[in-house]
Amino acid sequence: MSEPIIEIRGLRKTFGQGEAAVTALDGIDLSIEKGEIYGIIGLSGAGKSTLVRCMNLLETPTEGTVRVDGQEITTLSPKELRKARQSITMIFQGFNLLMQRSALDNICFPLELSGTPRKEAIARAQELLKVVGLEDREGAYPAQLSGGQKQRVAIARALATNPKVLLCDEATSALDPTTTQSILALLQELNRSLGVTVVIITHEMKVVEQICGRVAILAESHVVEEGKVSEVFRHPKTAAARQLLMPGSETARETLAQGRAYRITFDGSTAEQPVVSGMVLSCGEPVNILFADMKNIEGKTYGQMLLQLPENEGAAARMLAYLESQHITYTEEEVK
Amino acid sequence: MFATLATADFWLMMGRGLLETFYMVVVSTLLAYLIGLPLGLVLAVTDSEGLRPSPVLNKILGTIVNLLRSVPFLIMVFLLNGLTLLIVGTTVGSTAMIVGLVVAAFPFVARLVEGSAREVDRGILEASVSMGASTWQIITKVILPECKPSLINGATVATTTILGYSAMAGILGGGGLGSIAINYGYYRRVPLTMWVAVIILVLLVQLIQELGTRIANRTDKRIR
Repeated sequence: MSEPIIEIRGLRKTFGQGEAAVTALDGIDLSIEKGEIYGIIGLSGAGKSTLVRCMNLLETPTEGTVRVDGQEITTLSPKELRKARQSITMIFQGFNLLMQRSALDNICFPLELSGTPRKEAIARAQELLKVVGLEDREGAYPAQLSGGQKQRVAIARALATNPKVLLCDEATSALDPTTTQSILALLQELNRSLGVTVVIITHEMKVVEQICGRVAILAESHVVEEGKVSEVFRHPKTAAARQLLMPGSETARETLAQGRAYRITFDGSTAEQPVVSGMVLSCGEPVNILFADMKNIEGKTYGQMLLQLPENEGAAARMLAYLESQHITYTEEEVK
Repeated sequence: MFATLATADFWLMMGRGLLETFYMVVVSTLLAYLIGLPLGLVLAVTDSEGLRPSPVLNKILGTIVNLLRSVPFLIMVFLLNGLTLLIVGTTVGSTAMIVGLVVAAFPFVARLVEGSAREVDRGILEASVSMGASTWQIITKVILPECKPSLINGATVATTTILGYSAMAGILGGGGLGSIAINYGYYRRVPLTMWVAVIILVLLVQLIQELGTRIANRTDKRIR
């Protein structure tokens, strides 16, 4: 296995003091490996923006350690930290481009900060504009660019100093679905071609599904689940995870006042078979479908369904037996 | 009565007044910015929400600025007589007035600059920090260039305000068009001379405002 490029241990972050203190993050342990695309997903207010800001110390952790590429960054001097930040760069939801600088000069900016000669900086910026597909817009000002183009300039700017890690804070949340797709594709491409580790903060499961290898689910200041995207998706253990993965399924479950509900998980090949129809036909009893959704992860189809089985114990047992015979995994849901 | 308009002496006097006004306004504005610009930036940066929060320093500087701004201009010139005598050697004339103008204007300029600096999007500042920029780099390479159009608009307001003060200074023997208007119009009851001086002042304000707005718009890359 490759070594972790970001290693967070016992991270805690509180804002304010005394009784007004608010804990944004608590007991966070996280390892992000070199060269992977790692997703951190959570609803707003879960602390994910704070967490990513602890990785480049835009926020100072109250407790805990943050190692980036083997270096403990919480103990660096201000000067060392500024140097380190050149290899942990960041893009933002609001793009945050300098409005009075052209696309080219925006990309030159981090190079200018580190004292790169102007000529060299321009050459590098032009090369990066090509990488993000905007070579014909070098003289354009941010106000003349579309949202997707602005984010491309921001990505080029973030890559200017040859970073090891690219932090993306809701980088596609302000973009329309088509533009989101193209930005995600670009990030994936850069990850492959440059080997840059990408950390993606998002509240959208789709983003994680599409490009992340591993994911951490953040809820109420804690990492509640962590692992490979396909694993976490197939077996969401916590309510927070289900809420994110299957928005709507929690609501469906809550509306169920009585009876027994089962969560069925399809994966790979089984998702393509008419399992529920087969079950209903072979047992001769109707079922109530409370919720259903399908997703495509890493080229495989995964589905989840929340079923309410008949009150009739015998029929319900026959149905579960049918599911087992089809090698379908199911779990009984608690009904409030 | 309009015959005076045809004399060379009249226009020579007006020309001299205009030059004196120009001299007072330009020098005072430059000196007011020399003090007010850094002061305004320090106020913005040391704010509790700023780049380098420093509540104590911010409070002290803010209080000084407020104190100076609450003294009426004419009283300020009067109070500064001792200082003016020390620096300039006299308390009358255009050069002497500059001392009062600068002290009255720099706190105002500082607030204008502070306001402009605060307009810079927090996200842009955060992005700059994330790229490894030092506070000095952020001030010189981010805040100042990003708020340049707003600074120019502020400078226009400051210049016209200083022009107004300089005319007021005429009552204390300050020289310039203000002196002419007051001496001829008020003391000697020659309304025509007063009106010509006033009209030139009005045109000056228009000119400065127009020029300032144009330059600000031309430099602003957000408009297009």
